[in-house]
Amino acid sequence: MANISLRVNGKSHTVDVDPATPLLYVLRNDLDLQGPRFGCGLGQCGACTVIIKGEAVRSCIRPVSTVQGAEITTLEGLAVNGKLHPLQQAWIDEQVPACGFCQNGQIMTAKALLDKNPTPTDAQIRQGMASTLCRCMTYYRIQSAIKLAAKTITSARNEDSEQKGSEVIA
Amino acid sequence: MTTRRDFIKTSGFLVVGFSVAGVGNEIPLLAQGPGPYPDLDFRQLDSWIVIRQDNTATFFVGKTDLGQGTGTAFRQIMADELDMPYDSTSCVMGTTDVTVDQGGSGGSDALQTDGYPMRRVAAEARRVLLELAAARFGVPVGQLVVTDGVVSVAADPSKKVTYGELIGGKRFNVTLTGNNINATTGTAPLKDVQQFKVVGTSPQRYDIPPKVDGSLKWAVDAKVPGMVHARNVKPPFAGAKLVSIDESSVKGVPGFLKVVSRGNYVAVVCEREEQAIQAARQLKVNWQKPATAPFPTSENLFNFMRSATPTFSAMPTVVGNPDGALKGAAKVLEATYEIPFQGHTAIGPAHAMADPSNDQLTIYSNDMKSYGLRDGVAEFLKMPRDRVRVVWMEGPQAYGRTAADDAGFEAAFLAKELGRPVRVQWMRNEETAWDTKGPAFAVRVRGGLDAQGNLVAFEYDARSADFNHLGYNEHDTVLISQLMGNRREMPARGSAAAPSEMYAIPNRRMALHVVSLPLVWETPLRTGNLRDPNGPQATFASESFIDELAAAANADPVEFRMKLLQAAPDDDSGFKRARSIACIKAAVEAFKWDTRPSPKRAANGDVLTGRGIAYTYRSQTVVAQIAEVEVNRRTGRVWVKRLVCAHDCGLIINPEGLRRTIEAGLLYGLSRALHEEVSFDTEKVTSVDWVSSPTLTHADCPESIEVVLVNGDPNPKRSDLPHYGAGETMLKPTLAAIGNAVFDATGVRLRRVPFRNARVLAALKAAQV
Repeated sequence: MANISLRVNGKSHTVDVDPATPLLYVLRNDLDLQGPRFGCGLGQCGACTVIIKGEAVRSCIRPVSTVQGAEITTLEGLAVNGKLHPLQQAWIDEQVPACGFCQNGQIMTAKALLDKNPTPTDAQIRQGMASTLCRCMTYYRIQSAIKLAAKTITSARNEDSEQKGSEVIA
Repeated sequence: MTTRRDFIKTSGFLVVGFSVAGVGNEIPLLAQGPGPYPDLDFRQLDSWIVIRQDNTATFFVGKTDLGQGTGTAFRQIMADELDMPYDSTSCVMGTTDVTVDQGGSGGSDALQTDGYPMRRVAAEARRVLLELAAARFGVPVGQLVVTDGVVSVAADPSKKVTYGELIGGKRFNVTLTGNNINATTGTAPLKDVQQFKVVGTSPQRYDIPPKVDGSLKWAVDAKVPGMVHARNVKPPFAGAKLVSIDESSVKGVPGFLKVVSRGNYVAVVCEREEQAIQAARQLKVNWQKPATAPFPTSENLFNFMRSATPTFSAMPTVVGNPDGALKGAAKVLEATYEIPFQGHTAIGPAHAMADPSNDQLTIYSNDMKSYGLRDGVAEFLKMPRDRVRVVWMEGPQAYGRTAADDAGFEAAFLAKELGRPVRVQWMRNEETAWDTKGPAFAVRVRGGLDAQGNLVAFEYDARSADFNHLGYNEHDTVLISQLMGNRREMPARGSAAAPSEMYAIPNRRMALHVVSLPLVWETPLRTGNLRDPNGPQATFASESFIDELAAAANADPVEFRMKLLQAAPDDDSGFKRARSIACIKAAVEAFKWDTRPSPKRAANGDVLTGRGIAYTYRSQTVVAQIAEVEVNRRTGRVWVKRLVCAHDCGLIINPEGLRRTIEAGLLYGLSRALHEEVSFDTEKVTSVDWVSSPTLTHADCPESIEVVLVNGDPNPKRSDLPHYGAGETMLKPTLAAIGNAVFDATGVRLRRVPFRNARVLAALKAAQV
């Protein structure tokens, strides 16, 4: 056991655990962040996904000692000031989930995907999401929701830059 | 915290701790009474409906929602019968001490069967409220109108009162009648479906926002003070016997508490979850292999099934003279279809938490049949039933898996052994190898065509490897109980299934047999209710073979089926055939089907395209499906580019919710068609993770899925249009639709699922395509 310092969703925590413990168990059992879920423990399905330094990371195989100090975002940390992330909103608008157990992984993987490529093609979405599994098979609506969120994010950015542009001119 | 039961007992309440939105962290708290937990009386209106002073209502129903929006649908139909706005209602499901025992979920019966008592009790509550209002205003009920939970006098709308003012905080004290829970009724009639306002619209599912913002507490999240973690240690070989355990091998694991073993069941318990995982990996156990192989290899399964002596054969169903008709036919076709074991392989493995506090046992579980779990655990642990309760919480895709709720029984057993709350969860390799399996089928079919290409004889002979198949949480069907040596006198024999017999074929024989593998108990090939338990298997064989017969008759596959559906109008299947025809027509129109026989003429290039249709009828729900495929003849990859599904389930409660359920169900059928198969050698199941047990991924998703909602009732405007089930039928014909499309594209008939690349490539090469 050892004291490990973590920064999750903008808050600092110290936990006393075996440093080899996968991050997932610390998030779920010590920090009560239960958005990430155990699906396989093998990094194959994506249900446990969190975002670390912009990357979608499978927390079930990531030893907690290796993420000390890094900013970790979980599903619970996506909303800003109570406003859902456009992906979460798109998930509601498209009524994506069936059972919903895997959707943490779907949303977090899509977030990392859109952060890197705000306007993915259909093929890029299929490829980028291919190893995030859903056994209710909600893939069709997930893909629609990603496209919907991409539009929301892009148009918000455009509005933002237009506003900034007009400020400069003024 | 006031429990629901306390509330029901006393007249006043304000403390029932859940929001009108209907789900959330509060539901488990609702069930924290000290016990015991006797069944609610379904003949009391108060067991079903609570109306508060603020004019909101909560419905308590004995069903569970597997992610198909049934909770939302229950609110819709009950809100409509009660005349309340949807947003003022909430729904509590499946927790055994606060909801009546409607059996939980299964068989897609939530609306088809259980929707009716729900409607009747809501209508009865409305009747009682109108009587109360009539007494208050001194006018006959006939002079009252009710809108959105507000009753007013028609002649003087200033005279009005809300339901909440009439009854809020008080009991109805109305006794219902009915010999069983499905027959529960008051005296109020049901509304005509034309009067519904909420039914037929698509309110968003209330469970989705907390599922996407991370706030929902699921069964995997259940946690109480003092809880510890357990992991199982499974036998490494099917049928292995426990010889000895070396406990010293885990004594050094931090947080180690106990090794628990009984019979061949072994588990370790530790303070923390990762410690339990480590201890389970580290525990040294000496197992003895069984003297004989528990089963054949998965490669040899169908040979084994065909040569085995059946353990059960149903009396064949015979119509006309199939032998004579086959003898006299101008053309006779014969084929064999094979469907392997397919696993449930839920995205989250089995899990549960049990708390033995107060000398009761509370199990926090995602069990779709929570009442069966309660009954089964009580029997297993020899406890009075009213000292066991199951708090139902959401979980990963169940679709039949939790009808043998292994983890629920294990948590209950371990909690009693330890005397403290225990959470248990299976690891991925355990779940994939040891979960319940959909039975394997080997089907022999024969068909005879006359000189004009009419189908005159059809023979269907199915063998299924299916045993111990009960699926209602009977304790001796659950793995821990079997590992402990519990046996029923005879293994449940399971069943093979016949296809739906909608086609008018004058001479036919349906023969059904069950065969057993050598290992019957404690087996990782234990069968269970995999979504639409035998439907995809039977329909793959029958609807593929109908396609073969159409091709042999040089007929268009749609026209061939239509001819069979229009014949023999004098029998009692007219209603079903009319709806079948409407559905097939709707699919054909949406797809823009090109009428011609299959296969298509040979094309050049690596990618061949084709289309195929399949149709089914299941418990009054009709589905016709058309798949458009691309088959890559270099790689063997089958990609379903487009799926069209016409679907008739009678009265539609929530069209947008239904569309999504159908879309996902189609893709699940696609996954079973293309990928899913349980592999095993003669000692163990070798499907243990997502590499050795592949599933459909985003990359396989069709470019387009079109769902056409059909009302093909011969009297479509009938005021009692029934609401049939919609949870399973959509996936039943998918395997055949795809196989038929592959035949159309390539001229090669695939008679064995799944259509994995290597298998398809080999078939194409053998046919020199």
